[in-house]
Amino acid sequence: MCRGLGHNLGVSVKRDSFSVSITVGAYGSAFGAAAVAAHFSVLQACLLSLLLFSGASQFAVVGVIAAGGTPINAIATSTLLGTRNGLYGLRLAPLLKLHGWKRIVAAQITIDESTGVALAQNSDEDARKGFWYTGFGVYLFWNLFTLAGALGAQAIGNPSAWGLDAAVPAAFLGLLWPRLTDRKSWVLAGFAILLALTLTPFVPAGIPIISCTLLAVLIGWRK
Amino acid sequence: MSAFWIAVTGSSVLAFTIKVLGASVPESVLSHPRLLRINIFIPVALLTALVAVNTFADKTKLVIDNRALGMATAVVLLIAKAPFPVVVLGAALTSALAYRNL
Repeated sequence: MCRGLGHNLGVSVKRDSFSVSITVGAYGSAFGAAAVAAHFSVLQACLLSLLLFSGASQFAVVGVIAAGGTPINAIATSTLLGTRNGLYGLRLAPLLKLHGWKRIVAAQITIDESTGVALAQNSDEDARKGFWYTGFGVYLFWNLFTLAGALGAQAIGNPSAWGLDAAVPAAFLGLLWPRLTDRKSWVLAGFAILLALTLTPFVPAGIPIISCTLLAVLIGWRK
Repeated sequence: MSAFWIAVTGSSVLAFTIKVLGASVPESVLSHPRLLRINIFIPVALLTALVAVNTFADKTKLVIDNRALGMATAVVLLIAKAPFPVVVLGAALTSALAYRNL
């Protein structure tokens, strides 16, 4: 995540926010394409980006359905991945000090990136700017690129012939990679692969994925 | 309503609810250290499972196909610190080539 340079106030917040917005936003094209490859319509892909607006959760909806899971399973997996946005909101509330409709708008753009840029700033003033610039910036570019990706995927036909079936797990891996920062996370990832693949032949699709929540509870239970 | 619409509306409503709740409840309610630790590990567990299943599962069968080759490329690119779009494109390209030639 980008860090604000303390002595270059204002300018660096805007620069941080913009570079994060465009880079992360461009990733929306992978989501749009993946959604259409999993037989979602262009409209449904765009609604997920407009309304759900949280990358990992959106990919989870698409990933679970693509793997043959039920909608309930997709919703549960996506929601569990979205719980961290609630905790970001909790962390940001004393900083943003918002009420009424502004709090609702801020809630919708409370995601990894807006929180990350805000918390990397050195003053409360810059933190607030970083939150709004990055939140709105990512929202704008993420949605534009989702539409572009969805239309592109719709135009090309057989998703496998264009590698779109591998784009979905690659996107998950890209989201996972920066989180593998300590030994516990690597151990957890190893067990998650083992559990998910072991369960796959025996239970309905989608269940092996959400079962891995248990592993997170086990690993996180003790300090 | 089709499965797709249920998934889209259900997940969107819940995602927004969580975001608004987070911004509205007093901090003490949710900041138990154990809850915070588990919350950090949930994305790791679920994203890893999603990687594994979307790479090696075909409904309820385990398979090694063009996607696995694509993912091997993705791992190499991530180790080489390539940016996200390059990782996804590299995986897609390798998988497409394997699909067309195997």
